[in-house]
Amino acid sequence: MSDKLKLSDLNSILKDLDVESLEGVTIEGDIELDIQGGGGMNPAMAYALGHEAAQISLHVANIARMLGYPVDQLFAQCLGAGGETAALQAEPAIEELLQAKFDVARSSEWNTPIQEVTLGATSADGGSRGHTITLGGEKAMPFYFDAEMPNRNYVTMDVFDMPISMAKSVKSNYEDVMGDPAEWAKKVVNEYNADMVTIHLISTDPLINDTPAKEAAKVVEDVLQAVDVPIVIGGSGNPQKDPEVLEKAAEVAEGERALLASASLNLDYERVAKAATDYGHAVLSWTQLEINAQKELNRKLMKQCNVPRDSIVMDPTTAALGYGLDYAYSNMERIRLSALMGDDELNFPMSSGTTNAWGARESWMKESPLKEDSDWGPREYRGPIWEIVTGLALALAGNDMFMMMHPTSVQVLKEITQTLYGNIEAKNPDITNWITAEV
Amino acid sequence: MKINSPLDAYKYLPGTNCGRCGEDTCMAFASHLIDRSKSGEDCLPMVEEDKYAKKLEELEKLLAPEIREVTIGTGEKSVTIGGDDVLFRHKLTFFNKTAYAYDVTDTMDEKELEERINTIQTFKKFYVGEFLNLDMVAVRCVSGKPDTFASTVKKVIGLTELPLVLCSFDPAVLKAALEVAADKKPLMYAANQENWKEVAGLAKEYEVPVTLFAPNDLDLLKSMAKTFAELGIEDLVLDPGTFPTGRELKTTFENFLKIRRAGIDGDGEIAYPIMAVPLTAWMAYDDDVSASYWETVVASVLTVKYGDIMIMHSIEPYALLPEMHLRDTIYTDPRKPVTVDPGVWEVGSPTADSPIIVTTNFALTYYTVESDISSNKIDCYIVVADTEGIGVEAAVAGGQLTADKIKKTLENAKFDLKEKTNYNTVILPGLSARLQGDVEDKVGSRVLIGSADSGRLPGWLEKNWPPQDK
Repeated sequence: MSDKLKLSDLNSILKDLDVESLEGVTIEGDIELDIQGGGGMNPAMAYALGHEAAQISLHVANIARMLGYPVDQLFAQCLGAGGETAALQAEPAIEELLQAKFDVARSSEWNTPIQEVTLGATSADGGSRGHTITLGGEKAMPFYFDAEMPNRNYVTMDVFDMPISMAKSVKSNYEDVMGDPAEWAKKVVNEYNADMVTIHLISTDPLINDTPAKEAAKVVEDVLQAVDVPIVIGGSGNPQKDPEVLEKAAEVAEGERALLASASLNLDYERVAKAATDYGHAVLSWTQLEINAQKELNRKLMKQCNVPRDSIVMDPTTAALGYGLDYAYSNMERIRLSALMGDDELNFPMSSGTTNAWGARESWMKESPLKEDSDWGPREYRGPIWEIVTGLALALAGNDMFMMMHPTSVQVLKEITQTLYGNIEAKNPDITNWITAEV
Repeated sequence: MKINSPLDAYKYLPGTNCGRCGEDTCMAFASHLIDRSKSGEDCLPMVEEDKYAKKLEELEKLLAPEIREVTIGTGEKSVTIGGDDVLFRHKLTFFNKTAYAYDVTDTMDEKELEERINTIQTFKKFYVGEFLNLDMVAVRCVSGKPDTFASTVKKVIGLTELPLVLCSFDPAVLKAALEVAADKKPLMYAANQENWKEVAGLAKEYEVPVTLFAPNDLDLLKSMAKTFAELGIEDLVLDPGTFPTGRELKTTFENFLKIRRAGIDGDGEIAYPIMAVPLTAWMAYDDDVSASYWETVVASVLTVKYGDIMIMHSIEPYALLPEMHLRDTIYTDPRKPVTVDPGVWEVGSPTADSPIIVTTNFALTYYTVESDISSNKIDCYIVVADTEGIGVEAAVAGGQLTADKIKKTLENAKFDLKEKTNYNTVILPGLSARLQGDVEDKVGSRVLIGSADSGRLPGWLEKNWPPQDK
């Protein structure tokens, strides 16, 4: 045996010795241990060395035991333990947690706040709304710690100017007001806590009732009478008829600072923009899941139609959960990131037609049309959560305003977005021992 | 990863353009390394020849994702979590979808245990050509007894191949369970400020991944991660605590953002997968539907931003379906093409009497229609028009789905309706009814208007097919 051994060498020599091979073993002289490292040893090294040393003591003790020496008694005496071979277990040599300080930088790339857009006008500003709502103003991605979010999310609930077909679980909430837009508007504001109301003038579609624009405008007046929240005015989606419908509606709502829905590249957006600027409204700039089209339309509204920056809200299109939400989500996220980094053609608040979630079959069908699927469970619960999760994902992508339908969806979406905004106080359960919670 | 251009990776490759990786050039291979569709080991010369060994090692270090990958379980059902390189999915893609675990406890009676596990492991939902599934079972020790827990874990192993999370803060309980389950490589939950020494010992002894739990204390969490790494334990999962409501939930959300941003920005000491426990929603709500809804909401927030694994309680379909779909939404590779090839495709074994159904080449639309039909064992032809990946309603509005497009699709596929079918009739989607006259004129066939949702096609066909008069 050499005079000097590294600890690990000794260990590897000893570990090969088993009981049989111990016969005739002699251990001569002192074993000199050369422990390298000294004072500057790091905890991992200390642990490794401690482990080696413990292993060696184990081997040496075994040898001693084979030689008939009362090893265990000796350990018990030395360690004050009752016969347990505590010293032989390889305990971590790190006795205290290594100190560490968590730190993360705030984003330096987000240097441009989102344009603020105020909807609704009170009597002080020539309108008759009870209050106004301001969208936008963010200096960071939604709910992030980089910068406080100045305005919360808002929900505008859909009201239609005629009875329409809708999912059963939605319809059951509106059967008593269907066909009476004013009562419908009152219901969503008073009972369902809507921040705003969207009046959709769908009966104006030539393929539906072809209601004249002038007549449809009366419905807008009725709604403005019935509720004092800011409103959104929507056409039927017919590109030929909508400009005229929105013009007339804008005229009767003069001074109320409504949001006109919408200007798009496939209709006469100049007329819609002019209706907004002439009568003091904001305009919804709607494109279909295409960031460059959104830039183009916004540019045209600003440069060609002279719509002020504080009067543009974007709808980059909402696809339902399971039906293209991945595109809608990333489209919005990219738009918002570009805006925060200074793209002034995308620097506007966003709106989502969250109601589109009700087009997903999972939200309304009684059961799966596929035999291979597991049972889908009751649709009464499936529908609202489909609308919630669709909206919530987009809230996290940067969406500011949600157009929604189901009262439960509205309530839960408002609860979670305002929680993340920091508006909700709640007493939390003690989660330190959640494992044993009775649920 | 530490490099971001193919040139940076190319420097480490043999540069012989041998083609054994399936690419023509080393440069092409390098670009696949950067987009992570290939890995260093796909370069066979580097694996086989000693002279490249050092370069391969260096290259793999550079290519390793910023967030460590951790594998839980063994065999086919094992799950890998972590592995991300970006903070926003459109910048590359997110890797390794969030693993969803649902809980059982060691105080459940045998029947309940069996039923829950059965639901967890058999729940499935067809989506775009494949099934969405759930991933794991989390076994909670409520009894506080090592033997009871170990025997439940043993039962669970007998019932499912799904990977497990073993949940207790008592090292004796964890040890008892590891004695029966360690070879299945379960995830231990969890080390905390009190028990970390013993749990570290168990992680080393049994060689299993382990979760570190430091509710709302990122300094402590980092300190534990650093300590465990020093001890040689690097299969770590971080749980910064999931507070279910109020300002603390906002803080929880921010903690997830902070940990992931620090990790992606290069703080290796905290670059591990993150665990969320939306199950805590059940501690804040009394009635089942509210608790289940809120749990889904919390799970949704933390699936989008940046939970890699989570433990939940509700196994109601109205919780599972949106959770699975949202996860798919976030983890779908945005680089993946959204279209299928246009043409005339057969479903089942169509004959001259089978229906001809028109749809678009948007992958989601196509797979939905295809699965609605094949699931009901209907033989037919699907005419897939090239709408540039746009769905029916939008393609009709935007002019991508027209009579000309449908005519062209049939011509390109050399599919002569009069020759190959007995009825000379095509079925248009309900949402494209306005094309009816135009298609009749251009294609020269009869046109029927099908249901608006293809889920209702089987019922529609029963009533409307074959067409009344030939």
